[in-house]
Amino acid sequence: MVETSDIRVVRCGGSKVNLTPPIISSDSRFVLCTSGDLVKVYSTRTEEWLHSLQGHTNQVTGITLNPANHLQVYSCSVDGTVKLWDFIDGILIKTFVIGCPLFAIYVSEKHTGVLFLHVSMATDSKNECFQLVSVHLPKSAEQEVEAKEMSAVSSHISKNPSCTAFGRGVRVHFFFFLVWKGAKNAFTCIACHPTDDCIATGHEDGKIRLWRNFIHKKEYTYSTQHWHHNAVNTLCFTPEGTHLLSGGIESVLVQWQYGAGNRKEFLPRLGGSILHISASSDGQLFCTSHSDNKITVIESSFKVCGVIQGLVKGDAVLTDLMIDPRSKALVLNGKPGHLQFYSLLRDKHLYNLDIVQQEYIYEAGLDQFEVVKAAFDIKGSWLATVEERGKKSSDLEFFLKLWAFDERTQSFVLNTTITAAHTDRIISMCFSSSEETTMLVTAAEDSQFKAWCQGADDQNFWSCDFVGSYHKLNPTNCSFSADSSLLAVSFQEVITIWSPDTWEMLTTLCQPPGVIRDLCFGRLSCSKYLLGTTTKNLLCCWNLLTCELEWSTSVDVSKLQPDPFSENVAAFSYQSKHTDLFVFKPSEPRPLFTNKNVCSEKVHRAVFVPREEPLNSCDESTQWLNRSQLYFLTQNMDLLTFSTATEEDRMLSSSKQLVIDDSVAVTPFYLLLGKHRQQQQKLNTQSHPVSDKPQQTQGSVTIKELLHTPAHVLPAASVLCSMFVNSFLISNTGEMDSEKEEEDSEEEMEACDSQQELRAQGSVDEVTPKLSKAQERELKRVRKTDFSWMAGLIDSKP
Amino acid sequence: MMSTDLRSAMGEFKVHRVRFFDYMPSGIRALAFNQDTERMAVARMDGSVEVFHCSDRFFQEKIIPGREQCGIEGLSWVGERLFSAGLNGGITEYDLTNQKVKYTIDAYGGPIWTITGNQQGTHLAVGCEDGTVKLFEVNEDQIQFERNLDRQKSRIISLSWHPSGSKIAAGMMDMIQVFNVETGHSIHRMLADRGAGTSRSKECVVWSVVYLSDGTIITGDSVGMVKLWDDQTGTLIKSHNVTKCDVLALSVSQNEDSLVAGTSEGIVVQFQFVSMVLEKDDKEWVRTRTFRNHTHDIRAVAEITTAVVSGGMDAQLVVRPLLDKIEVRSAASALRKIHFPHRRLVSCARKSGLMLFQYPGHLELWRLGESEGKGTPGSSLFVKRNPEKLLQLKVKGEDHIRCSAVSPCGGWIVYSTASTLRLYRLHCDNNNISITKISKLPKVLSSANQLCFSSDSSHLFSASAQSSVHIASLSQSGCKFVGTLKPKSGSHQAIHLLAASEDGKWLASANSDHEVHIYNLQTQKAHCTVPVYSSAVTAMGIHPATNCLFMMHADQQMFEYSIEQKQYTDWSRTVQRKGLHRFWVERDTPCLNVMFNPQNPSHVILHDMYMLCIIDQSLPLPDDKTQFYNQLTLKSLTEEQRKSQSHAFKVCKTFKDILCVELMPDQSLVVVERPLEDIATQLPAPIKQKKFAT
Repeated sequence: MVETSDIRVVRCGGSKVNLTPPIISSDSRFVLCTSGDLVKVYSTRTEEWLHSLQGHTNQVTGITLNPANHLQVYSCSVDGTVKLWDFIDGILIKTFVIGCPLFAIYVSEKHTGVLFLHVSMATDSKNECFQLVSVHLPKSAEQEVEAKEMSAVSSHISKNPSCTAFGRGVRVHFFFFLVWKGAKNAFTCIACHPTDDCIATGHEDGKIRLWRNFIHKKEYTYSTQHWHHNAVNTLCFTPEGTHLLSGGIESVLVQWQYGAGNRKEFLPRLGGSILHISASSDGQLFCTSHSDNKITVIESSFKVCGVIQGLVKGDAVLTDLMIDPRSKALVLNGKPGHLQFYSLLRDKHLYNLDIVQQEYIYEAGLDQFEVVKAAFDIKGSWLATVEERGKKSSDLEFFLKLWAFDERTQSFVLNTTITAAHTDRIISMCFSSSEETTMLVTAAEDSQFKAWCQGADDQNFWSCDFVGSYHKLNPTNCSFSADSSLLAVSFQEVITIWSPDTWEMLTTLCQPPGVIRDLCFGRLSCSKYLLGTTTKNLLCCWNLLTCELEWSTSVDVSKLQPDPFSENVAAFSYQSKHTDLFVFKPSEPRPLFTNKNVCSEKVHRAVFVPREEPLNSCDESTQWLNRSQLYFLTQNMDLLTFSTATEEDRMLSSSKQLVIDDSVAVTPFYLLLGKHRQQQQKLNTQSHPVSDKPQQTQGSVTIKELLHTPAHVLPAASVLCSMFVNSFLISNTGEMDSEKEEEDSEEEMEACDSQQELRAQGSVDEVTPKLSKAQERELKRVRKTDFSWMAGLIDSKP
Repeated sequence: MMSTDLRSAMGEFKVHRVRFFDYMPSGIRALAFNQDTERMAVARMDGSVEVFHCSDRFFQEKIIPGREQCGIEGLSWVGERLFSAGLNGGITEYDLTNQKVKYTIDAYGGPIWTITGNQQGTHLAVGCEDGTVKLFEVNEDQIQFERNLDRQKSRIISLSWHPSGSKIAAGMMDMIQVFNVETGHSIHRMLADRGAGTSRSKECVVWSVVYLSDGTIITGDSVGMVKLWDDQTGTLIKSHNVTKCDVLALSVSQNEDSLVAGTSEGIVVQFQFVSMVLEKDDKEWVRTRTFRNHTHDIRAVAEITTAVVSGGMDAQLVVRPLLDKIEVRSAASALRKIHFPHRRLVSCARKSGLMLFQYPGHLELWRLGESEGKGTPGSSLFVKRNPEKLLQLKVKGEDHIRCSAVSPCGGWIVYSTASTLRLYRLHCDNNNISITKISKLPKVLSSANQLCFSSDSSHLFSASAQSSVHIASLSQSGCKFVGTLKPKSGSHQAIHLLAASEDGKWLASANSDHEVHIYNLQTQKAHCTVPVYSSAVTAMGIHPATNCLFMMHADQQMFEYSIEQKQYTDWSRTVQRKGLHRFWVERDTPCLNVMFNPQNPSHVILHDMYMLCIIDQSLPLPDDKTQFYNQLTLKSLTEEQRKSQSHAFKVCKTFKDILCVELMPDQSLVVVERPLEDIATQLPAPIKQKKFAT
């Protein structure tokens, strides 16, 4: 990847958590999963993201616990390194440089100091030819070690990592699969029994075979079990070997009793199809990862006890990437028939909005309703969606739905369903951006565009206000200007400009050849410009005042995305197998920023996400990222973004502070408090990465003492009460602070307030007195002293 | 009936497609495998017993027809002797040489549910309705009642000897008993669980029990469980839930490392004794493969050396090879389903267009229909006159028919049961049919294993005991004994095939020891014996022009033997030298008829259950590289190319499930079909099962 200045393309948030099987730590407290370039650590009980192991520079492709130390984990990556981590503290212990892209990692308890890795056999990555190699890890005290001592174990293995498994015993059994000729019984996955010499294989036709006696050339034998009606995606034996778990597209977890024929249990309706299953070493917890980018934590009693939801990415995102103006969450297609709201800031799935409101059937080849278009108005109080069915067949069915935001329930409520909005497929849709009246314009393949308005006061349903057309041409796009005074609708090669007040066509703009693809108005100082891209590799800019072409340039733009907070417009162009990014102002044809070779696939979706707090970068090339961040989605469904060096530095420093207090034993109190505390902690670290830490420990020491002392040695509650209340009071020490500190930015003040509020909500029965101004000042002083102490601590840390 | 034009490179025939022979095979009730002789004995619901030769492509060597009201429940080999027992309370020994019942003795214990002999070959044990296990001593030529074991309250359903012969396990209603044979007392009583829920009130029937040499007792019961018990402690070791229905049959392999269980759902489940951890000795019985080849209840299973044999209500015998036990994969080790008997049930009066169908209890005589005009190849012709059932002849007595024949002129019908032989004179003037029984038959014609008329219908040949053939001359006045043909030497096995030459000069007979004797009918002396081949003769015929004997064997080899020169013909030697095409050898049903086309002397017509084949002896033989089924290819070629491409085997697969093919003198073929689907519809309904997505 070519790096221009200090802007880097990073996978940030919304990465796949279902790429590899998740692993559960041996004490069942953490779930580790790969997510882009990171390994994420989640808590099994609270489902919260605790921290991530950051260090790889490319996709992490495999993780496995260190058999010699259950607090350590190996991870391998396409960047050609294997890293050993202490996953509880998030510390990188060692890096082994292998030197070629790695695709999966395995360890065996019998082979200490040996790793088994999947490497690509051919230099050409398109060729699906993989090799299993074993690597001896050199013993060395250095942090970064080169491990080049490789020996091939087996070649021509399957690409799918679930097609390799380790057996018990001195001899290690590898299986590389050849496709059986004939029926649909190609192997899909494999698992080895932990104590017996029995191998379970899953097949494409849904059968599971249990093989025994397999080292004999001929006397091998197998039994067949059949429940899945489609391919078995994954198999996993429980650590005791009493049960076999299997999953497939049906999204039903099946538990087979080992050795008891057909006795089985089911856990249905888990969401997307099951991709991986893993079990904790004590057999108390199972983890399933699903195709909708989700990890489900399941107790051994077959009860779902936690869901870790990532950004749902299907085969394709049909809607645009959008930002919910209220929650600032990224909105796009999620689960089938849903829109998902995803917080990019916290990298957390917020909720799903059921648009289709129909039961989804997990069955291949069914034509089901899908959300294809969605749009928010500028305040986020209206949402318009289009759902569609029958894309392949001729009988197209679609609905236009309008959703109103309900303040009381804090969610969108269906307001109007329009069954026959147009006679053919809706191509484009946009809300008018004025503050007063909201208006929706839809353009469809029936060569019409329609404007929809909310009815009179008593009936606030939406109805059609105007139908427009131009020479029976099919519209291709529509867009409102920033102040909603103009509407641009493109009809093939012609752009028509309409006044939404009078519905009068003001002018037409035409720059043949080529059908107009994207349309957007300039913002702020550039609002007199209209930008358009055509299929014939032309980017045009019209001046709306003179109705003339201001400039045009020949570039194949696949996505044109204006930044709502600045004049900047981002254009992705696809040329000779890689995508370039240009950021420019419509007023001048010279790009502000160019990034060649952003990625190798075409980019069709992009969005500017507003920053919580603007960056103060003065560098010209990074200035455009000050107020908002540009996210884009490649054809491989990777969500990528641009990050600046300053930003990365800040993130790195904050992550160092994230030391999780794990000494807390599991008590009912802990379970009660655990969720709140973690949330709080997280919020704190986000707003005040540095300053809040000591304050928290101060209050919690006594609470901890209280909660951790066994009940039978505790003094009477009346004795403890005063001690407990005292612990919340702020001591009078450290009064030597000057008033200068008061000039702290307003922001910090506010943040502090909110933090106090949160505390009040979070603790169970704390009585927090409302702080007076003086007390607040005092508090700040206290914090100041602790801050310096903390800084010292940081310095002492390696 | 339909008439079809069959026209192709192999010639042009008018075909009578006969589908009015409602042959119904009888369900299989019991199987017994003899390891030493590699013979599989099969008992059917109608009381007939068949013996299959396992290493000779499962050829049906012997058929002992049943009787009315004789339900066989169990079969057991003792050495080379075969015993059966049934619900009529009798134990029957069979004379396998002459293919008849040797004797029947009553066990005096009510209906017998099971019979089993010990491995030592000294005793037979039968389980009776009255709750007794009766021991019979096997003597030189009889069996003798020895004693009863302790009498139980409920009937004995299943029995199994411990391989040492000192203990017997008996399956009963709701329990399993283990007896000490010495004392006759019960050692252990093990209770089988009834099913849960509503089936709790129903008794658990222990349908099958197997006693292993290590003391493990394995039972299959009506709850659908296969249970393993320890005979030392009388406790349950492990139970496998195999099905929701009944487990009806169990069978263990010779070396006791594999067990098969047949269920009423029609599936066979295999269990194997494998070590759970490789290279260690703690072995366990684990369920492994499942075979689904039946549609109905499996009443009997047997695990033989290389295959699992199963049979049940759907009347087919399924031989499922165990590929892990087979050294070389070949045609002999393929999955085999035996639907029809390997004998001809149809005889045809060629000159008068009559067909005689042999049912177990009666005979039917039909006249073929006539069609009009000529159609394009493959088209159906208009039927001018419908086929007509002329006669139904019911058998006197309880015995079933063993063999029957109609004379080529259509004037005589003969059939034989185990006890009697009856000959009828048929008068047929236009629409009036009348038969008269020939009353005074010669004494030697009391019973026959095979019957055959000479081509001019003047003589009747009847194969009887000691491999001898009696000749009787037929005339208007009656039947007169002429003489007996005896082989010079050799075995005394029963004859299952007879073939008379067209000129009335020669008669060939084949017996189940694979011997083929040729007699000169003019001198009534044995002429010669064809060298004995290792596989049984399944069909043979004497060429009308050259008087060569054409023989088909169970392993699909063919021989042509010149009777006059007493040696194999040159063509036959060429065939043996060059070998037959792989596809020909891999067919899994034996050829059942050999015919010759008088119009084209080089043509030999053969058929088996799936195909009709014309061998043109004048054309070159195919080798393994040539396309064997080349009829379609030949059609697309020009006349000249066709010549170079064509080979001696011309196979027609238009017809399926063929019982019989005959060539009529007017160059039309009669093909008697019995579609398996028709048989399936007449079977009782199978157990209802929930199928996915229905």
